[in-house]
Amino acid sequence: METIISILITLVASVVFAVVAAVLGCLLSGIDRKITARMQGRVGPPLLQPYYDVRKLLAKDTVAVNTTMNTYLICALIFTCIAGGIFFSGGNFLMCVFVVTLSELLFVIAAYSARSPYSEVGAHRETLQVMAYEPMVILLAVGFFMATGSFNVSTVLHMDMPIVGTLIGIFIGLLFILTIKLRKSPFDLSYSHHAHQELVKGVTTEMPGKMLAKVEIMHWLESVLFMAWIAIFFVWANPICIPIVIVAVALIYFLEIWIDNNFARVKWQALLKSAWLVTLVAAGINLAVLTYL
Amino acid sequence: MSYVSKSPWIIHYDGSSCNGCDIEVLAALTPLYDVERFGIINTGNPKHADIFLITGGINERNISVVQEIYNQMIEPKVVIACGVCACTAGIFKDCYNIIGGVDQAIPVDVYAPGCAIRPEAIIDAVVEGLGILEEKAKKLEAEKKGA
Repeated sequence: METIISILITLVASVVFAVVAAVLGCLLSGIDRKITARMQGRVGPPLLQPYYDVRKLLAKDTVAVNTTMNTYLICALIFTCIAGGIFFSGGNFLMCVFVVTLSELLFVIAAYSARSPYSEVGAHRETLQVMAYEPMVILLAVGFFMATGSFNVSTVLHMDMPIVGTLIGIFIGLLFILTIKLRKSPFDLSYSHHAHQELVKGVTTEMPGKMLAKVEIMHWLESVLFMAWIAIFFVWANPICIPIVIVAVALIYFLEIWIDNNFARVKWQALLKSAWLVTLVAAGINLAVLTYL
Repeated sequence: MSYVSKSPWIIHYDGSSCNGCDIEVLAALTPLYDVERFGIINTGNPKHADIFLITGGINERNISVVQEIYNQMIEPKVVIACGVCACTAGIFKDCYNIIGGVDQAIPVDVYAPGCAIRPEAIIDAVVEGLGILEEKAKKLEAEKKGA
């Protein structure tokens, strides 16, 4: 009975996450584009521009290179919702990590299924990005367990101190890979929102109209989820943490936009090396200290 | 106003031209003119684009490329011929390899002359194109309902 109830709670949380995070993610993306434009000395699009984009994409004619790609994308979108549901219902953090990776892999398979050379190059690069950030994400889950004694996200609500204190190395590592996860320059190898051109349009080359709309919505949901990963570092059993979390998340998102606008895209070798190096050094030292001291 | 005219994404192709119009198209994207204000994004992917901005005339070599890009774009879509070469082949008209303006290869919706075309004229042409895009979107929706 308990299992069924917890599954039901997760499912309800997934649906709520899908709606709330889509709205929040859309606004976040709009704010991002506005701030980016101001940093470049432009006025920028309206705040709701990402919403207009998606509505337009949904109104486009249906054209597909094959019938499976859309299925993969729908599954990727659903698993992103479930990952959010697991996280926000205070569930198992490791599970959340695995489910969000599954959705990422389904997205890669969708790109591979098109069998177009540009789409494949995008998919290769997306896979490389997953390789670059995945060790850090796993170590994040390990560090979370060592700091709280549980994989359950809800345990941070009962902590005496925010876990950023004991997990500062892990936090730095997470900040580094956050740039990859949010698809920001210098690590936007497979897909970016900027006007500059990659190989056609990277991983989304063969995803037109309604499919691209799904990718955009998935990106909104992911952005909210990853910012929530940042937020748990500043949560503890004291209501005063609420303003601190809001300020910290806002500052870190601003930092990401600043990085996005100030650094040119790197080659994939630099991405992989730097991501693994930061993971090994920052997260490795942090975990070693937690284990032996 | 439907959403299609709030977020027109552009693909740009340069045919047989001197590159003057080409540079003006890119100038329209700079902070000075900032076309992203209107939701316009320059995408490199025909499958994501709503508006096909084409500069320069059509010759024997690029006619198939232009037709391919046009065919890959998804309805509703609009074609804008930017600059006099795209409208009529301009100064290159009598060259041995030139077929003519863009309308020799694909249906053109907006003709925007100029040598080179001004960024303001490009923005005007795109705004003109938005009206046509809107009409086409409505037609497509009506067809879907009818089917």
